[in-house]
Amino acid sequence: MSRVDERSPLPGADFEEAAAVSRLRRVSVRKVTGRLVLNAVLALVCAAWTLPTVGLLVTSFRDPDMVSRSGWWSAARDPKGLSLDNYRTVLAGQDWSYVDASGETVRLRGENMLGAFGNSLAVTIPSVLIPILVAAFAAYGFAWLKFPGRKMLFVGIVALLAVPLQIALIPILRDYQKAGLNGSFLGVWLAHTGFGLPLATYLFYNYISTLPRSILESAFIDGASHYTCFTRLILPLAMPALASFAIFQFLWVWNDLLVALVFLSGAGRTMEVLTQRLLALAGSRGQDWHLLTAGAFVSMLLPLAVFFGLQKHFVRGLLAGSVKG
Amino acid sequence: MKGKSEGRTSGRGAWIGRVVPAFLAPVLALAALWAGFALIKEGWISGGFAAAFAAVWGVVGAALLYFVANWSVERLGPKVRAKALPFVFVGPALLVMAWYLAAPTVRTLALSFFDASSRGFAGLDNYAYVFTDRTMRIAFLNNLAWLVFGTGFSVLSGLAIAIMADRSRFERVAKSLVFLPMAISFVGAGVIWRFVYAYRPEGDAQVGLLNALVTAAGGAPVNWIVERPWNTLFLIVIFVWLQTGFAMVVLSAAIKGVPGELLEAARIDGASELRVVRSVLIPSILPSIVTVATTTLLLTLKVFDIVYAMTNGLYGTEVLASQQYKQMFKFLHYGRGSAIAIIILVAVTPMIWYNLRQFNKREAFS
Repeated sequence: MSRVDERSPLPGADFEEAAAVSRLRRVSVRKVTGRLVLNAVLALVCAAWTLPTVGLLVTSFRDPDMVSRSGWWSAARDPKGLSLDNYRTVLAGQDWSYVDASGETVRLRGENMLGAFGNSLAVTIPSVLIPILVAAFAAYGFAWLKFPGRKMLFVGIVALLAVPLQIALIPILRDYQKAGLNGSFLGVWLAHTGFGLPLATYLFYNYISTLPRSILESAFIDGASHYTCFTRLILPLAMPALASFAIFQFLWVWNDLLVALVFLSGAGRTMEVLTQRLLALAGSRGQDWHLLTAGAFVSMLLPLAVFFGLQKHFVRGLLAGSVKG
Repeated sequence: MKGKSEGRTSGRGAWIGRVVPAFLAPVLALAALWAGFALIKEGWISGGFAAAFAAVWGVVGAALLYFVANWSVERLGPKVRAKALPFVFVGPALLVMAWYLAAPTVRTLALSFFDASSRGFAGLDNYAYVFTDRTMRIAFLNNLAWLVFGTGFSVLSGLAIAIMADRSRFERVAKSLVFLPMAISFVGAGVIWRFVYAYRPEGDAQVGLLNALVTAAGGAPVNWIVERPWNTLFLIVIFVWLQTGFAMVVLSAAIKGVPGELLEAARIDGASELRVVRSVLIPSILPSIVTVATTTLLLTLKVFDIVYAMTNGLYGTEVLASQQYKQMFKFLHYGRGSAIAIIILVAVTPMIWYNLRQFNKREAFS
C-alpha cells in the first residue's frame, strides 16, 4: 500500500491544484479517524488492564452473601450491601458468623492481617536500609579508594548481577539451621541484603563515580577523613540514586514470597509476612472471596501508596537499570 | 607495627592505649549486637514492639558496625590506615555477597552431585532424574512456554501501548493505569486473577468476569485453571498483566528519545503511520527492546510465586522454580533441588556473560 504516486504533483494546472486539495482533505479525514480509533483502542486496553483490580476493590466491600451470588459488576444495584465489614474481619481476625443460603449459621475465624502487616514492616524496613548503607560504603570504596584487586572484585560484582537467588536457597538454609538464624528477622534481612547488594553497589558506583572529584579534594584539604567525606558529602549527594533503589528494594521485599517462605517459615505462623498470610487465606478458604479480596487489598495498600507518591523516582530508577537478576 | 610516624614518642603505653581499644571496640560492638539479637530470638520481647525494636536494632546496628570499624582503623597510624580503610568500606559488602551469592554457586554445584541428605555421593543421578522425570519434563516445557509467551507478550503489548500512548490524548493516565500492577505482588495478582478466572458449574451465577462474559455470549463456563495445557497460558496472562508496565515505561522513554525530525521526514516522504512505526521508530529503539526482553526473560526463568499461589504446580502447571521449592521442602531432596538450581543458573549464564561484556566495553572503570 504505497502512496508514493501521491507525492509528486506536477506544477501548474488548476486541475492539479483541485486534486491536491481533495487529497489533502482525504488525508486529514483519514488522520482524524485514525486518531479516533487509536484513542478508542487505547482506552479499551486501559479498561481491560484496570478491570481486574476494580473487581477486587469492589468485592472487598461487598456483603459475603452477595459475593457468592452475583458478580461484582452488579454491586451498584445494591449499594446497601457495601460496607467495611470485610476489612474489620480481616484486620482484627475476630469470630464472625452469618446465615448461609440454607439457613444455617456459619461461624468463621478471620485471619489476622494486622500482625502480618507489622511483620512485613519489620522485614522490609531494615531489608531496604541495610543494603543501601552497605552498598553505598562499597560504592564509595570502589570509586574513590585505591586497593589491590579493585577492578577484579568489581567485575565479580557485575557477574553476580544476574545470578538467580535460587542458587543460594539450599546452602544458606543449611547455614541458618546451623547458626540458629532460621526463622529470624536477622536471617531474612541478611538474605535480602545479599540478594540486593550487587545491583545496589553497581547502581551507586555508577552514580558516585560521576560526582566531580574536586568536591572531595577540597574536603580533604580541610582535613576531612574518608569517613566524614562519605557521610557528610557523598551520601547526601547520592540521594537520588539511593531513593530510586530504595523504592525498588521496598517493592521487591514487600511483595516477596519465596525468600519469606524459605527463611521465615521456621518460626511458625507468628512471623508470617503479608504475602504468606494472604496465601494461607487463599489456601484454607479459597472460596471466601470477601475475606480474600479485603486481605489482598490490605497487602497492596502500602506499595500502591509508594507507587503513586513516588512514581517519578520509580520510573527514573527503572530507566537507570534497577532491575534485579 | 613500627611504621607509625607520629611525632609523639610517648612509648609503649600510648601505643597500647591506642591499639587495644582499636581491637576491643569492634568486639564489644559485635557482642552488643549479638545480645540484642538473642534478646529478640529468645522471645524476651514480643508482639508488635519486638518487630519495631528489631527493625531499629538492625539498621542502627549496621550503621554502628561501620562507625566502630572506621574509628578503630583511624587509631592505627596512617600507614596501616591507608591499607585497611578500603576494606572497612568495601569489606562488608564483599563478605555478604561472597556468602550469599558467590559461594552458593559452588556449594550448590557440589550438592547437586550428592543424595537427598547430602551425605552420599550420587554422581549424575540427580541430573539423570531432572532430565528424565515426567513432572520435570512438564516443568521444562512449561518454563519454555513462560519464556516465549511471557517475554513475547509482555514486550509486544508494552511496545504497542507505549506507541499508542505517545500519540494519544491521555498519555499520562493510560501509562499510569497499565503501570500500576507493577506495585502489586505476584500473590496479590494471583488473588485478583483467581477472581477473574473463577468458575461455577453451568447454571449457577458466574461470579468470575471471564466466565460471565463466556456465558453471556452463550457459551458454557470453563474451569480456566484446570484446563490443560491452556492453563499455563492463563497463568502467563497474569505475568504479562504485571510486567507489561515495565516494558511500556522503558520503551516509552526510548520513543521519546527518537528525534522528531526523523519521523517527520518519513511522514513527508508519504509513509503511512504504520510504516513510520515499523521502519523508523522500531529500528531506532531496538537496543531498548533487547534490554527489556532480556530482563523479562530472566524473570520468566525464575517465575515461582504465580504458579505457587495459583495452582501450587497442580494440573500440569509446574515450572522449574516451583519444582525446586518442592524438592527442597516437600521431598526434602537437597540433591535434586540443587541440580534444578544449577540448571536455572546455566540458563542465565548468557546474561551474565552479556553484562560482563557490556561492562568491559564501557571501560568506565579506571
